[in-house]
Amino acid sequence: MILIAERINGMFLDVKQAIADKNKKVIQDLAKNQTEAGASYLDVNVGTAAADQEGTIQWLVETIQETCSTPLCLDSQKPDVIAAGLKVINAENGVLLNSTPLNKKSDEEVFDKYVEMANQAGPKANIIALTMDKNGVPQDTDTRVAIAAEIVSKAMEKGFDTQRLFIDTIVLPVKVPNAQSQPGNILAAMDQIKYLSDPPPHMTIGLSNLSQGASERSLINRVFLAMAISRGLDSAIADVFDQALMNVVATSDLLMDKQIYSDSFLKVYSSANKG
Amino acid sequence: MPVPEIAESFSGSVNRLTLGATKEDGGTRTSTVTIGGASNVVYGGSLADAGEKPVIAMDVLDSKPEDWPDVLLEPYKDVLDSPGDWAKKCVEEFGAELICVKFEGIHPDKGDKDAAHAIKVTEEVLQAVGVPLVLWGCGNDEKDNQVMPKVSGAAKGEKCLIGAVTEDNYKSLTAIALADGHYLITQAPLDINIAKQINILASDMGFPLERIVTFQSTGALGYGIEYAYSIQERQRIAALSGDKMMAMPVICDVGYESWRAKEAKITDTPEWGPPEDRGPAWEIATAVCLLQAGVDIIRIRHPRAAATVNDFINQVRQQ
Repeated sequence: MILIAERINGMFLDVKQAIADKNKKVIQDLAKNQTEAGASYLDVNVGTAAADQEGTIQWLVETIQETCSTPLCLDSQKPDVIAAGLKVINAENGVLLNSTPLNKKSDEEVFDKYVEMANQAGPKANIIALTMDKNGVPQDTDTRVAIAAEIVSKAMEKGFDTQRLFIDTIVLPVKVPNAQSQPGNILAAMDQIKYLSDPPPHMTIGLSNLSQGASERSLINRVFLAMAISRGLDSAIADVFDQALMNVVATSDLLMDKQIYSDSFLKVYSSANKG
Repeated sequence: MPVPEIAESFSGSVNRLTLGATKEDGGTRTSTVTIGGASNVVYGGSLADAGEKPVIAMDVLDSKPEDWPDVLLEPYKDVLDSPGDWAKKCVEEFGAELICVKFEGIHPDKGDKDAAHAIKVTEEVLQAVGVPLVLWGCGNDEKDNQVMPKVSGAAKGEKCLIGAVTEDNYKSLTAIALADGHYLITQAPLDINIAKQINILASDMGFPLERIVTFQSTGALGYGIEYAYSIQERQRIAALSGDKMMAMPVICDVGYESWRAKEAKITDTPEWGPPEDRGPAWEIATAVCLLQAGVDIIRIRHPRAAATVNDFINQVRQQ
């Protein structure tokens, strides 16, 4: 399971404060602790913490890289912010560009820009692409799959290896009125997306969004994660400090025959997947 | 139709380790043996992916063997009472790069010899040869716990490969092997889950994973070789896929298992062909088969088998 740790995000108050104070220690501790908890990538999102998004993402990247070599996931809807992050990143460790829709009303070519940026950053630069286009986030299964198919074929046309592509099927909060059919639609879409190419593109979700505003958040997150892994999900942006969630990841890997069973399988999961 | 490109690449590799400490390294060995390092399946990918060549460890027993057939006794008949001379013969006459001293005689049912005997044998063999050593207990937990820590101490700093520890009996030998700077053999009874667990247990005691060699147990041709083969293959795939708890080099005991087969040792069956050929042939067939699953050290008994398997390894590696 490719886990992208979500905590370095300006939406969280401690990160927002650290950005305002230029307090490196808070950021570096989060990087270290999330890595030790089993993160494959560290998400880096300025959020609403600063007006100067480009300068701030550079400060975050440089601060993390001073003490931590875990690959980073540059998280912004603005290509210029991603580009600013890429200028200071050590892409040799790997990097995820998070994220681009298929296209936007304001920018038909946005996906192509991300591919170009990834190619410039080197062979270990991957892209998260959302099943979303200029009409917004689709509600049904078929449109999600159709957008994913267009993304995959566009990547192939450009010679961009589909194994460098993460399709994010966009999880909406289950508590939102009339959104309760969405998790089922997403699972049905995953069933088809995994057949779009061989080898298939990775599939990821922003897991915590599912339980936004709900009670029993951790329970909702981990049950859905197990369901999605069984349909082919192999990555998630998630809270790696949630031990119950991490145990579900370890157990799912076991049940999907991705890890050899041992009596200590929970204990070794994160250490066995580091590096 | 073009030939499809089937070469796969993997994210992980088998740990590489060097047995034996030379003078510069604080020991007295005159040569070392490096094993492991494979980053693709056997015969898959390029030669550079294949890692180090598999190596043969020739068996030397601490006491005169009681149940060996004549065919196997013959090449060693003048040295059976002296483990030092025996080891020397294996190295000088038969070209062994690695010696496995098997402490058969300390077993309560096979002589019940004490730690003083085992220490003496260890010192004798260390004196007699300069190649690295594998030091292997008798398999009786209680006796191994009494004797093998002393053996470890007698070879302290020589970077031997010592074992074998099991899920139920690992603490004392793991601790002493760590303190004495040796490598450790973790043993599982043809069970991949236990194999992983014992590595985790040793690692929990602070033993570095990079200093472990796994022994999955071996089955000879006709006697469970398919189980050994499939488990070793599964371990290799797990190692290549990045499972650090399974990334160890593998040792297998072809000599002992092959010579247990009745086809290897019975002499009154002329229709099976000459007995002097059958035993070595059984070792060779078992070894060559297991090599394809991914093996790093092969324990062998008969010098003809050792020579043929060595020849096989070298020829394959020339391609």
